[in-house]
Amino acid sequence: MSATTKTPAAPESRTTAQASTAARLLGDRRLPVLVTAALFLAMYIAGLGRYQNYGFTEPQVFLNLFIDNGYLLVAAVGATFVIMSGGIDLSVGSVIGFTTMFTAWLVERQGLPLLLVIPLALGVGAFGGFLMGYVIHNFEIQPFIVTLAGLFLFRGLCLVISKESISISDSSVSSLAQAQASLGVGFLSIGAIVAMAVLGVAFYVLHYTRFGRRVYAIGGNEQSALLMGLPMGGTKIAVYTVSGFCSALAGLLFMLYIQSGDPLHAVGMELDAIAAVVIGGTLLTGGSGYVVGTLFGVLVLGLIKSLIQFEGTLSSWWTKIATGVLLCAFILIQRAMTARKQT
Amino acid sequence: MSTPSVATTGTTSRWRALTHHHLFWPVAVLIALLLVNVPFTPDFFSVRMTDGHLYGSLVSIVLFGSPLILVAVGMTLVIATGGIDLSVGAVVAITGALTCSYISDQTDQNALSAVFLAMGIGLVAAVLCGLWNGFLVARMGIQPIIATLIIMVAGRGVAQLITDGQIITINSEPYKLIGGGYWLTLPFSIFVVAAVVAITVALTRRTALGLLVESVGGNAEASRLVGIRSRRIKIMVYMFCALCAGIAGLMISSNTSAADGNNAGLWIELDAILAVVIGGTSLLGGRFSIGGTVIGALVIQTLTTTIYTIGVPTQTNLVFKAVVVIVVCLLQSPKFRAKVFGAKGRGQATPAQAAPAADAAPKMEVSR
Repeated sequence: MSATTKTPAAPESRTTAQASTAARLLGDRRLPVLVTAALFLAMYIAGLGRYQNYGFTEPQVFLNLFIDNGYLLVAAVGATFVIMSGGIDLSVGSVIGFTTMFTAWLVERQGLPLLLVIPLALGVGAFGGFLMGYVIHNFEIQPFIVTLAGLFLFRGLCLVISKESISISDSSVSSLAQAQASLGVGFLSIGAIVAMAVLGVAFYVLHYTRFGRRVYAIGGNEQSALLMGLPMGGTKIAVYTVSGFCSALAGLLFMLYIQSGDPLHAVGMELDAIAAVVIGGTLLTGGSGYVVGTLFGVLVLGLIKSLIQFEGTLSSWWTKIATGVLLCAFILIQRAMTARKQT
Repeated sequence: MSTPSVATTGTTSRWRALTHHHLFWPVAVLIALLLVNVPFTPDFFSVRMTDGHLYGSLVSIVLFGSPLILVAVGMTLVIATGGIDLSVGAVVAITGALTCSYISDQTDQNALSAVFLAMGIGLVAAVLCGLWNGFLVARMGIQPIIATLIIMVAGRGVAQLITDGQIITINSEPYKLIGGGYWLTLPFSIFVVAAVVAITVALTRRTALGLLVESVGGNAEASRLVGIRSRRIKIMVYMFCALCAGIAGLMISSNTSAADGNNAGLWIELDAILAVVIGGTSLLGGRFSIGGTVIGALVIQTLTTTIYTIGVPTQTNLVFKAVVVIVVCLLQSPKFRAKVFGAKGRGQATPAQAAPAADAAPKMEVSR
């Protein structure tokens, strides 16, 4: 902040040219996404080199990243909308957990057909998001607190349904879970395909529709957005509804992936989702970022997990530490970028 | 306003002053919650003496609530500077893990020197976490919610690394005292909490420190220009918060005689933030109330106890908590009050905000 007054007198030519190149590079909004993509590639190549004798080279290892993290991708896409609008949603993990519990209970205990349960679960998730958005906008309470209440509420509802986990033996669920789409070199599960579809839709909505523009505008500067006459309330509520819907969909995919409902499923997954969004280069202050970055964020997190599995000797808690370190690195990169823009 | 004609203007204004006191609603909620228990457990308020220890629901509410009160008091100051600290749960886990693993390595786990050294190690680690948070927030200018997210995510991994993924159990009499022991007929942890709260109140309300913290929370840049070292204040506040979390970590691990890297202090940051909000401290920063926070933490603990005593299945605990959060937040939202109670809403918002500023003002001093 204090450096602003000193800069002009400095010796010119080469230094300024270098500085401006650096500034342009740092000022490029795509930089964080590119850094994440590069990091992913570097990690993948390192993995190829290190574990080539252990089957890491097989394309299926790569495809498994999508299969094993499809639900996280969907949840993170929802979180991207919220964060892009300058808010935050802490209820993601609880809604996922609730959805697994809700569907397992309806399918197993109540014997409802899966085709009826799926829209019901999605509706409940979206409605939960809508309610949170409504309270946030109309009563001007901070999103952090409202979605915190959502976190408690949905986790509590899980436990109200049942304290124990419900395993799903329904044939329609297991056949859906085992369905595979062959890609020649390997296969993808239904979950992975749905996740990619969600990503595609989100990409289109955020970058090519009026609604997407509004999300960016509100995240960039709420005051200006309001003065421009954008429908603030509608957009904000819609953003949380989208997040609730995505969380419920993620819950369905998670239910397919694990084939059970458990009141403690996905505890803390909102943090994974937020971490993926941040590592993907979306500014937490809102208004800047790409949903494609979120994909790379999820892939990086997934790759850390599979590298640790391949390493064998490393324990699972290294995932948390590595995630934290990455988070830190990317936050500092973001900080460097925003500091550039301000001066 | 609509009070019957019996009430004179004098009592009305006194009543108004009472209801507009910033602690009125938290205390009212606490009392209401306590009274709910009476029909279910008639001797709820009785405290009896057994084996030289005091037992009773009120004692156990304070005993089980102590870690939360500690964490919430630290959190209050962080929130007063306009920040938030999500990492306290992880700090609780790290402190417990370090202390217990050091004690478990000793041949004589009852040796006082070893226990003190272990606690020292744990607390230093906690303060270092706070220093890191404060550094990121104050020096690097990162949003507090994000800066502290790093330790929140990585911290539990570190705690599990320290305990090697195991739950370390220890058997140390002196260490057991902090979280599960009794002193002068009362649980020892009550004394620890009382000391921390007293020191905090003394530091923030008897010196200019509290005013400086509120000033930084009100407008960090303006405070800096006025000559307040706002960055240093912020770093200090995060270190203090982590220290409180560390003490809470000692208490939790001592109470269970075990360190669990994964579950110790799980979600305590959320409860602490909740306690602060119930206590009437605005999340926007700029003013705070330690007394309100203590009452807020007691409200949360009483809610948990009440759910147990009135025989509601314990799993609905979280649902109740969610309802309380929403109700309290709605009551505090000027917009909600304006919509529901009509024009009264605007009048109610101002005294609550003016009160802390008014009692802080006379202590104003020129700082460095």
